[in-house]
Amino acid sequence: MSNRRSRQSSSASRISDDQIIDLVSKLRQFLPEIRERRRSDKVSATKVLQETCNYIRRLHREVDNLSDRLSQLLESVDEDSPEAAVIRSLLM
Amino acid sequence: MASLISDTEPPTTSTTTDLVRRKKKRSSVSSAASSRTSAASVSCESHTRWRSEKQQRIYSAKLIQALQQVRLNNSSAEATSSPTAQKRGRAVREAADRALAVSARGRTLWSRAILANRIKLKFRKQKRPRATTAIPVTTTVVSSSNRSRKRRVSVLRLNKKSIPSVNRKVRVLGRLVPGCGKQSVPVILEEATDYIQALEMQVRAMNSLAQLLSSYGSAPPPI
Repeated sequence: MSNRRSRQSSSASRISDDQIIDLVSKLRQFLPEIRERRRSDKVSATKVLQETCNYIRRLHREVDNLSDRLSQLLESVDEDSPEAAVIRSLLM
Repeated sequence: MASLISDTEPPTTSTTTDLVRRKKKRSSVSSAASSRTSAASVSCESHTRWRSEKQQRIYSAKLIQALQQVRLNNSSAEATSSPTAQKRGRAVREAADRALAVSARGRTLWSRAILANRIKLKFRKQKRPRATTAIPVTTTVVSSSNRSRKRRVSVLRLNKKSIPSVNRKVRVLGRLVPGCGKQSVPVILEEATDYIQALEMQVRAMNSLAQLLSSYGSAPPPI
């Protein structure tokens, strides 16, 4: 395993297709769009990768939106207010 | 409500001290390098790591701390010029990502890339602190031996025709995962697998924090 995986050689030595398929099908498990399908339903690696890209973009957008929301919420937090106390208490 | 609070409760005392230690580390240029030591012990942790509640609590604590820092910076900056809403959002975003990377404890390329990026910004004038942060360990996070039970693959076999398009997609994917722009195909796939779960956890944590904060807001929470 270690020689197969070592990073230095990864560009030189061809990684096997099996290995890629293995990694892609692992990736598939974490994609809500195609996770739900039955296991017997094989999908193409291209499809999984496309879904992965879409999903990461979607998550990035969500984090962006949540960041905006949190910054607004924090903005409205008054230093003496109960939520400031809550934030402080969470840090203790 | 009660569950929300417990979600964001700081973890154990050990992690709190760890948090402090980390913070110190982060402020030093060598933070990327210092994570190297812990990196060796990686791979046995399974993929369930990001899904655990504990991990989310750890992240939430780090996130809250980072956000407080952002707030402090903002209010001190306000004296001169108040930052735009967009800028503040971005500051929160960066803080959230850094907290996520710290939670990953330098085990993965993507997390080290996020932290290194910050160092680059901070010490822009200096030479690049990490000439070869190419840490030869980790990332093999998912080494196949972990999954001794042979999983049936749920993906079609590659054929000659599909290989170029697979490679293209992997390249695109590599640009979406921090620090993976120039990595090999297996590395990108493994990093993406970990990164997705980390992002999911980040979204969950930020969501519950936002809910927690807004429930304390002046307006009564919508039912």
